[in-house]
Amino acid sequence: MLIYKWLNTFGSYLILMGRSLSRPDRMRMFLKRYAKEMEQLGVDSIGIVMLISFFIGAVICIQMKINIQSPWMPHWVAGYTTREIMLLEFSSSIMCLILSGKVGSNIASELGTMRVTQQIDALDIMGVNSASYLILPKILGLITIMPFLVIFSSTLGIIGAYATAYIGHIISPEDLTSGIQHAFNVWFIWMSIIKSLFFAFIIASVSSFFGYTVEGGSVEVGKASTDAVVCSSVLILFSDVFLTQLLS
Amino acid sequence: MIEVKNLTKSFEDKTVLFNINTVFETGKTNLIIGQSGSGKTVLMKNLIGLFEPTQGEILYDGRDFISMNKKEKAMMRREMGMVFQGAALFDSLTVLENVMFPLDMFSNENYRDRVKKAQDCLARVNLLEAQDKYPSEISGGMQKRAAIARAIVQNPKYLFCDEPNSGLDPKTSLVIDELLSGITHEFGITTIINTHDMNSVMGIGENICFIYKGHKEWQGNKDQVINSNNSKLNDLVFASDLFRKVKEIELEQDKK
Repeated sequence: MLIYKWLNTFGSYLILMGRSLSRPDRMRMFLKRYAKEMEQLGVDSIGIVMLISFFIGAVICIQMKINIQSPWMPHWVAGYTTREIMLLEFSSSIMCLILSGKVGSNIASELGTMRVTQQIDALDIMGVNSASYLILPKILGLITIMPFLVIFSSTLGIIGAYATAYIGHIISPEDLTSGIQHAFNVWFIWMSIIKSLFFAFIIASVSSFFGYTVEGGSVEVGKASTDAVVCSSVLILFSDVFLTQLLS
Repeated sequence: MIEVKNLTKSFEDKTVLFNINTVFETGKTNLIIGQSGSGKTVLMKNLIGLFEPTQGEILYDGRDFISMNKKEKAMMRREMGMVFQGAALFDSLTVLENVMFPLDMFSNENYRDRVKKAQDCLARVNLLEAQDKYPSEISGGMQKRAAIARAIVQNPKYLFCDEPNSGLDPKTSLVIDELLSGITHEFGITTIINTHDMNSVMGIGENICFIYKGHKEWQGNKDQVINSNNSKLNDLVFASDLFRKVKEIELEQDKK
């Protein structure tokens, strides 16, 4: 019975994506919403991305220095591990997990409220493809802005690590610099960006599905918002395993 | 004109509408009345295509709506306007942008013409002064008027209103009724209003379809309501003391 329910939900999700990923009714309106969604979902998230990345970068650097650095280890190890953690996992996967909470609940509650107040019905009655009009700009907007958030996150993480060097004097700036530059592989940046594109699609599409298909009132909107965050987080974690193996 | 033929609607094993046959006439305010839970809203949702009927036909000036494909239905819907019970204005848009929305989506006119058209509609519903406000900043009655303006901005042939007076005071309800009746006659629209406001029935009911427990129980106009012997209709329309007294006076005057 549970499998039947999951398959039913997955089928509904695919049908909704089929409707959403179709050609917009009016390109002018699509571009307007696309720009607005990039601002609402991406630009408005820069603050929290910067804040979290800065402190996590600093904390990782301190932890590496205290727990890994020893006389038998190379002097660059703390900087090197900080860079690898930020670039390979934190800025792509963990940051997307955090964003699935902020952005996912935002999308699900917005669309859910539109559904229960009949705004989506109003679009349908007008002959507008409501799924394409509402969901497509969110998916494309988040996919467009996510690589920039990943780059911001990595950069701020490294700046956070330098803060521990210059302000906290935990590590010398020279050691940190040599660690950050040690055995640098450009592919890791691309890997991080590619992963984030998949995660952006998961966050926007799954949250839109839960919001768009709400039935009932405010309680159901709240529940859909929670379900959207939980489901997209789980899917990000699952797909992270496969993507990491595939891209490494 | 909208013709409904043998319309039945079931949800899984529960039938809500039973073999409805009725006609909604062009240029008239057609009312669907009935108690809460009688199936009025389900009938309207079938008419506008939000529900798929289990059986039957819906003909818009002879065009079978149910057998149309998705694209044809989308085109057909551009001939419809809808005023929802809660107005359903888009929260993120101003009143003017809400009214302009159908034009932005489907019209090839330039921006200035679209604004002019939307402002004309807002002026028709006396709401021009609120054009820059957001829906949350205006009253329920103003929201309903804005929704009416949005519904008529594309010159629809068919206008649907789901309980347009719910939650409004009697005076504002009267304004909305007069507005809907005025627009119907001015533009020759087929207007269908779903209501259980008896003031609307007696005021603008030119063609009234009474639904009782999913069946079409009675059809007529506001003058025929007074003289009707249908007990179920009388129980609904003359439920209040005021309307009962009005009916008694009317009948006494007829005898004299």
